[in-house]
Amino acid sequence: MHEISVAQSIVEIAEANARKQNCTCIQTIKIRLGEFTTIVPEALEFAFEVARRGTLADDATLEIEFVPMVTRCALCGSVRDPVRQVCLLCPKCGLPLEMISGEELQVEYIEVKSESERKEWIA
Amino acid sequence: MDRIAVKTNILKDNQQAAAENRRLFEQGGTVVINLMSAPGAGKTTLLEATLRNMRDRDRVAVIEGDLQTDLDAERIRALGVRSHQITTGNVCHLDARMIARAIAVFPIQELDLLIIENVGNLICPASYGLGEDFRVVIASATEGAEKPKKYPVMFNKADVVLLNKADLAALPSGVDLAELERNVREVNPKAVIIALSCRTGEGLKLWIDWLQEAIASRKTASVGA
Repeated sequence: MHEISVAQSIVEIAEANARKQNCTCIQTIKIRLGEFTTIVPEALEFAFEVARRGTLADDATLEIEFVPMVTRCALCGSVRDPVRQVCLLCPKCGLPLEMISGEELQVEYIEVKSESERKEWIA
Repeated sequence: MDRIAVKTNILKDNQQAAAENRRLFEQGGTVVINLMSAPGAGKTTLLEATLRNMRDRDRVAVIEGDLQTDLDAERIRALGVRSHQITTGNVCHLDARMIARAIAVFPIQELDLLIIENVGNLICPASYGLGEDFRVVIASATEGAEKPKKYPVMFNKADVVLLNKADLAALPSGVDLAELERNVREVNPKAVIIALSCRTGEGLKLWIDWLQEAIASRKTASVGA
């Protein structure tokens, strides 16, 4: 349900970065989304369709890089993907596992029309 | 096409607002709890039981978060404890900016403890820090032992997990508390886990002691600083 506000934040961050470069047309927004967050990619895509309207990202595509949850045991070093049945205790040692990835929630980059493309468009 | 590197956390605005809240809380020497659970797990009842035990000894106040109504804030005021209601409309969680607005009109100076009761929801509030010192999550014995596994992010981020309605675990339809505790442990090996019942009072002392310990450490820290 909070994907709408997450989508709005993504658009705001993208717009702020585009404005800094005097760009008015964002074409791509690339984000990294961890598996161990509370954000559902499909719901976020849907929310983005609403959030981008009337903004500099009106024509933008949202690219989501889904980052799987991976954990590692500090003692035995075993690395696993525990998502189907989350257990953050090492099955061998019983120690708490550290999370290597899965908590990402980041705007990586945006792609904007380059200077020459913009000139073409104006011409 | 030009690529502009951004590398910004999507929830950075909330994180910044939470950091500012935290600064104000630390300045005031106030311990702040973000209390979360599914609807009906017993957040407000736990608060009432907690406040009855603490109100004569400690300076406590409550911020209530709900989609609609100020019924919960009324319940707290009925105990003679200051409370402030945030109605979120249809927003499914409290965020740090809502707390910032609340503490601008609801002074939190000279408090030992501020408890923020979040909107009943085990998903969204997990992602929105409020500037709290501790996250406390309730799983009640009527909800089934699998809850922590089904909502792992929420339970993973908890500092304390309270297994509420422990008295009902003894009923034929009740959950196995040991299994519930094991499931909490599997998604969060580090959490403090306390089984309690607000009806019988079982375990309540452990929880109050934990809170008082947190208040005492904060005071020691402020004296040290």
